[in-house]
Amino acid sequence: MKSNGDKSRRESAMNRRGFLQGALVSGAFVLTARFVSESLWAAQGEGAAAAFEPSIWMSIAPDGMVTIVAHRSEMGCGSRTALPLVVADELDADWAKVKIEQAIGDPKYGDQDTDGSHSVRSNFDLMRQVGASGRVMLITAAANEWKVPAKECTTEPHFVVHKASGRKLGYGELAGAAAKLPVPKKEDVPLPLKARSEWRYIGKESNSLFDLPEIVTGQAIFGMDSTRPGMVFASIEHPPVLGQKIKSYDDQATLKVAGVQKTVTIDPFKPPHMFQPLGGVAVIADNTWAAFKGRKSLKIEWDESPHAVYNSAAYRKTLEATSRKPGKVARNVGDVDAEFARAAKGGGKIIEAEFYAPHLAHASMEPPVAVAEYRDGKVTAWAPTQNPQAVQETIAAVLGIKKEDVTCHVPLLGGGFGRKSKPDQVAEAAVLSKKLGKPVKVVWSREDDIHFDFFHSVAAMYMKAAVGADGKPTAWLQRTVYPPINSTFDVSATYADDEMGLGWNNLPFDIPNHRAENGPADYHVRIGWLRSVANIYHAFAIHSFADELAHAAHKDPVEYLLELIGPARIVPLEYKEEEAEDKAKYPLDTARLRRVVEIAAERSGWSKKSTKLGKGRGLGIAAHRSFLTYVATVVEVEVDARGQVHIPNVWTAVDAGTVVSPDNIRNQFEGAASFGTSLALFSEITATNGAIDQGNFNNYLLTRMNRAPKHVDVHIVESEAPPAGVGEPGVPPFAPALCNAVFAATGKRARELPLSKMKLV
Amino acid sequence: MVRFKVNGKEKMFDGDPDMPLLWYLRDVEQLTGTKFGCGMALCGACTVHRDGAAIRSCATPMKEVGGAEITTIEGITPMHPVQKAWMEIRVPQCGYCQTGQIMQAIAFLKENKNPSDQDIDTAMSGNICRCGTYQRIRAAIHKAAGHEGAKETA
Repeated sequence: MKSNGDKSRRESAMNRRGFLQGALVSGAFVLTARFVSESLWAAQGEGAAAAFEPSIWMSIAPDGMVTIVAHRSEMGCGSRTALPLVVADELDADWAKVKIEQAIGDPKYGDQDTDGSHSVRSNFDLMRQVGASGRVMLITAAANEWKVPAKECTTEPHFVVHKASGRKLGYGELAGAAAKLPVPKKEDVPLPLKARSEWRYIGKESNSLFDLPEIVTGQAIFGMDSTRPGMVFASIEHPPVLGQKIKSYDDQATLKVAGVQKTVTIDPFKPPHMFQPLGGVAVIADNTWAAFKGRKSLKIEWDESPHAVYNSAAYRKTLEATSRKPGKVARNVGDVDAEFARAAKGGGKIIEAEFYAPHLAHASMEPPVAVAEYRDGKVTAWAPTQNPQAVQETIAAVLGIKKEDVTCHVPLLGGGFGRKSKPDQVAEAAVLSKKLGKPVKVVWSREDDIHFDFFHSVAAMYMKAAVGADGKPTAWLQRTVYPPINSTFDVSATYADDEMGLGWNNLPFDIPNHRAENGPADYHVRIGWLRSVANIYHAFAIHSFADELAHAAHKDPVEYLLELIGPARIVPLEYKEEEAEDKAKYPLDTARLRRVVEIAAERSGWSKKSTKLGKGRGLGIAAHRSFLTYVATVVEVEVDARGQVHIPNVWTAVDAGTVVSPDNIRNQFEGAASFGTSLALFSEITATNGAIDQGNFNNYLLTRMNRAPKHVDVHIVESEAPPAGVGEPGVPPFAPALCNAVFAATGKRARELPLSKMKLV
Repeated sequence: MVRFKVNGKEKMFDGDPDMPLLWYLRDVEQLTGTKFGCGMALCGACTVHRDGAAIRSCATPMKEVGGAEITTIEGITPMHPVQKAWMEIRVPQCGYCQTGQIMQAIAFLKENKNPSDQDIDTAMSGNICRCGTYQRIRAAIHKAAGHEGAKETA
């Protein structure tokens, strides 16, 4: 207990004892026990709406310890810390007396899929209301106790204060009485919220990750560290080509390996594959190593799969051929065809370019892993998942049980980047646990992770512009082709309708004639979301092409980019029904885009430096809005005598609206520069006869410290706009800014990623 | 039978001599601060100390640890200046690779008390961080080494 000699507190000691008695009777989580909200109503957000039911989000114990539920997964973006900070701020809690409880998967929390950079965006207002409702109840409890009007009471961290009489009561002391009060209802909302100037945590530099001390001491529990008594370990040999089934297998040698208990088959999926297990043979053992070792001597004969035709070099030609043909229109402004015809006739300049970007694997440092225990028709899983509700749904579907009978605990994720929104490995553990009658831990090797990812799509883009005498485009056509994510859910899906909003149907340029198209492509591997998703190749093509036009016009790329963006305005876009919030709260505002361009250019010293860096050095810029956040990035490169690209400096300007933890946001954008370096310089996934060629960090290359950007300057624009995304938006502009810098340094234009395939000297 | 020490305690092992130290630490000893990342000594997530030097436990079979003094992140007590610097610079994002990074950094700073950026890059480039916290790792190592102005690189 906090020592406090305050007279009024001592005076109310008797009454306090009364509170505490009630508190002890009703258990530790006093506020929770009595917090029964009648109203379960929709808050704004993506997917199923989260509930305003304070009892599920927060509780206060008699000792004053506040427990705040984190319903979003922690994979390194900081949402597990950020949202409780928002609650604590409005509750006016002392952060040192807050603990965070990670939610299990449960629809009562609304959408829990930690993806799309929207944890804070979709929950900021709700979390403020949750905190405020607790604060209102604590104030009311104190006012009742003191028999003074509630409006005379205020709070300071963890205390309700009555200034006129100099009395104060701690939150723990008030918890029992507060718990007996009615919970604010929907009609009471909005509750009195703090003014921005009163925020103690939101937007403050002092915020750091809740789990930081445990992480640096090795005490933090990641999915890989989950364990159950009596647990066995499984390593699974999956079919090398998607859709292959086991013809026959021989496990004699495997069973002789010390520590191996048995082998068990897992049924193949029924198309569409969705998040179902791939099927295969699981080696069950006493420990992870024995399972890995036993697998090496498994002999499996696989049958045929139609996806064995997948060869990356040939597939690329198909994608590129499609990209040269008219596609499905995703956005149309003016008449590009008429303008191209007019320009051709009038001797105007036509510029065309093609771009290609390969498949990528997520390769989070923690490979896919899960523990599951099947008992009496129910499953409990411990899974480092971005989406515990998808775990419930997938296991329920695969085992034919109710999703309410699946409990999913969520330890920390050792990275996610989109891979861990797909719970196939968790379903594998559940299937095996049911077959074996004991808890099972499925551990994927790094090779499993890379071979059997839900890959970031391979993409081909075709760009064409007609350029006027002033060097500005009068018409701009862009066409993109890649196997869509929807192929994971629908075997016949070939168009990427769902990805068009990811940097393709919302070009923020001031061009009178513009058309964005999408061509069809068949899938042959599982396709999924990877940090910033289609924005990666879309931004690569658009912003490389913009730079190309700038050079063709003999203009400075920054000035040209600002001309392309044009005057400050709201860009008219078509919104889907589910994007109503985006339209209302997050219109595409070119003033904000211009501002980040200007800030990044200024901080980089662009105007002084860009033409004076000397041989082999150069600056490049790109600006891209994704996940409702405006980002401009300037990259400086040095291309050495061997043609290796080094990155001494990166400057990024970010307008993400209202931010919760600025230092964490800087960390996200510094990290995005490394993530961008990997995909721009090194990483590529290819397939031969349907099987993935890469398997570990020796052939699926990621940046290491010696090739990562050396300095990354992140400037966060002060803004009172609603919060937007921060986990992903740093990635898209990075590769084009880097490629544009390489052009400035060498005169060589990158038409494909990664750059390691290009001869620069 | 292999005899060795883990975090100062005597240990014996008579299981599969090919078992990597990593899996012994994690599955047998429940010392889960040491992480599995690649199994091929390519990423450094599994870094521990053998007689004070950084090694990759995923590529160190148990038959080779006889007589060794193994130290894992759990054995770094009280909190090391490197860990404190990691907290001050707020290095981690997901945090999974960071125990390996810290073990690598501690061993490195023992050998090089006044490292340059280049020295740090060379020493740390065996450790991958997919979240990309490299600039902060470098800054934290400078800070732990007592360099002024370390934070500016973060």
